[in-house]
Amino acid sequence: MSSAPTDETSQNRYLLRLFIAGSSPRSRRTIENLHRICGAYLAGRFDLEIVDIYQQPQLAEQNQVVAAPTLLKLQPLPARRIIGDLSEEARVLRGLDLQPVTPQGRDGR
Amino acid sequence: MALDPTSGPALPKARTGIVGFDDVTFGGLPAGRPTLVCGAAGCGKTLFAVTALVNGATQFGEPGVFMSFEERAEDLAANFASLGYDLDGLVADGKLAIDHVRVERSEIEETGEYDLEGLFIRLAYAVDTIGAKRVVLDTIETLFSGLTDASILRAELRRLFGWLRDRGLTAIITGERGEGQLTRQGLEEYVSDCVILLDNRVEDQITTRRLRVVKYRGSAHGTNEYPFLIDDQGISVLPVTSAELGYGVSNEIMSTGIGGLDAMLSPGGFYRGSSVLISGMAGTGKTSIASSLVDAACQRGERCLSFVFEESGDQICRNARSIGLDLKRHVENGLLRFEAARPSLFGLEMHLARMHRDIERFQPSIVVLDPISALRGPNSEVQATLLRMVDLLKIRGITAVFTSLRTDGTFEDDDDLGLSSLMDAWVKLVSVEANGERTRTLYVIKARGMSHSNQVREFQMSAAGIALIDAYIGPAGVLTGTARVVQEAEEHAATLRRRQESERRKREVFRRRQGIERQIAELRASLEIAEDEEAVLVTEDEARDTVMKKERLIVSARRGAAE
Repeated sequence: MSSAPTDETSQNRYLLRLFIAGSSPRSRRTIENLHRICGAYLAGRFDLEIVDIYQQPQLAEQNQVVAAPTLLKLQPLPARRIIGDLSEEARVLRGLDLQPVTPQGRDGR
Repeated sequence: MALDPTSGPALPKARTGIVGFDDVTFGGLPAGRPTLVCGAAGCGKTLFAVTALVNGATQFGEPGVFMSFEERAEDLAANFASLGYDLDGLVADGKLAIDHVRVERSEIEETGEYDLEGLFIRLAYAVDTIGAKRVVLDTIETLFSGLTDASILRAELRRLFGWLRDRGLTAIITGERGEGQLTRQGLEEYVSDCVILLDNRVEDQITTRRLRVVKYRGSAHGTNEYPFLIDDQGISVLPVTSAELGYGVSNEIMSTGIGGLDAMLSPGGFYRGSSVLISGMAGTGKTSIASSLVDAACQRGERCLSFVFEESGDQICRNARSIGLDLKRHVENGLLRFEAARPSLFGLEMHLARMHRDIERFQPSIVVLDPISALRGPNSEVQATLLRMVDLLKIRGITAVFTSLRTDGTFEDDDDLGLSSLMDAWVKLVSVEANGERTRTLYVIKARGMSHSNQVREFQMSAAGIALIDAYIGPAGVLTGTARVVQEAEEHAATLRRRQESERRKREVFRRRQGIERQIAELRASLEIAEDEEAVLVTEDEARDTVMKKERLIVSARRGAAE
């Protein structure tokens, strides 16, 4: 269901918000992991906002952030939250509702 | 309390404002430290925490943060509005911050390392925004159901409690009771400063809430299980009174409002602050006598609190009017308050807790319990409850009036729940049944520290009030009621007869005496006649002698001339 033919509609566009706590090694690692996954699976069809909760603590409350780091998938629905440093790619993809693909045939391309 | 709160260096404490709890802990929760409040579902953990938080914000100038892991802020506000807590208003005033932390397992995917920095930041943000001194985490263990990595959670919780301590926040952490340990996740391991256990036990279909301070590092605390109460007034804990008898006593005398009863007690009433038991069978007038006492006290301007277990306050007021007492007036003036509750409504502990709270609030100088025999339960418990009630009142110098129904009608002095030894004065009401009628009598079994009449006195209740009548005591024994009236009539008749008889005899004697006096007069008259006659005879004799002498002289003279 996720990998429908490429269509530049808003439904297919991913709206992601990543909450990190400062510029710790873990935060940096998380951002790297996210860029890698998004680059591989969502190239050109995602918007990412990175929030440092130290800088904007009120956003942590508004977005029900408990753990750090937390990746919020706001679009497409249903909203999901993925916590941790995103090092387990399979779980991240499950959280983003994406199918893991084999190297030769990227699904939906 | 047997423990001395002043000994040792005082640990700073944060008052909760919960009636009784601050007494049990000698000042409240440990200030600047976390406290664990645990108990099964429905024990009142959240209420305890919210009350401490709201009181802190409104009474002690300590704003608070409520971090809810279960209820949403709006639900909390709605739930506590019924207790008169305006959470929304406090939030608007910047005295309270509520943050609902929602952790939904189905929405969460865990991918590698993480920590709970988000939670820390939210908490820190809320604390800094309003300058909070108190924090409630309710119920943080919910995190364990939302997140799978228990080892991370445990490490983070340890860090959280350390963080709370470093920030000097007085924190209340609630936890659900777990199997074999105080909380499901063993939170007591992390919160080692103060642990409070709430319990809700059902015995004989009656629920009693109890609170126990399991531990309180660095402070003395009451170690018993204290019953506590949750009602529309909020939460209140009843400190079980000590067995000490160190209360002061009063020499002031308090009139009973019944002239005859006052007269039976040599100082003219009971001592203020003493405990008075009025016992008797059904319909002997216990409540009426208690009502008289209450009326007298209210007329002196004293406050009375009456706990009634079998009637409503209105009913007692109405019934008291039949003996000429206007209690309604005192109720309207705010001097008299009735607290009516069926004995089966709560357990004994709860009754005690409720009474304690009401006494604290109303500050009466007289308390009536009518009747204590309505309190049901194992005898030892009833007795312990009443003992504590008596102590509670004595310490405060409140005069206690207990009524007790004796259904068996026996005359043993050792029953009455073994209460007699607790009582300073005991008035017993006995209905004497004879000649097809019942007569109300009363006598004073004991009155500590005063001499009192040992007589059985009859009393009558009428629209003019309660009046004591001298019982008939005579050769035929003690008579009361109609028998007394009959006996008195008989005596009256006998007296009348005696008086008539004696008057008759007096008249007779008088007549006889008059007769004798008449005879005396007659005799005196004849005596006088005799005397007169005697005088005449003497005169005649003398005259004759004189004549004869004269004649003799004449004769002798004539003879002489002839010679």
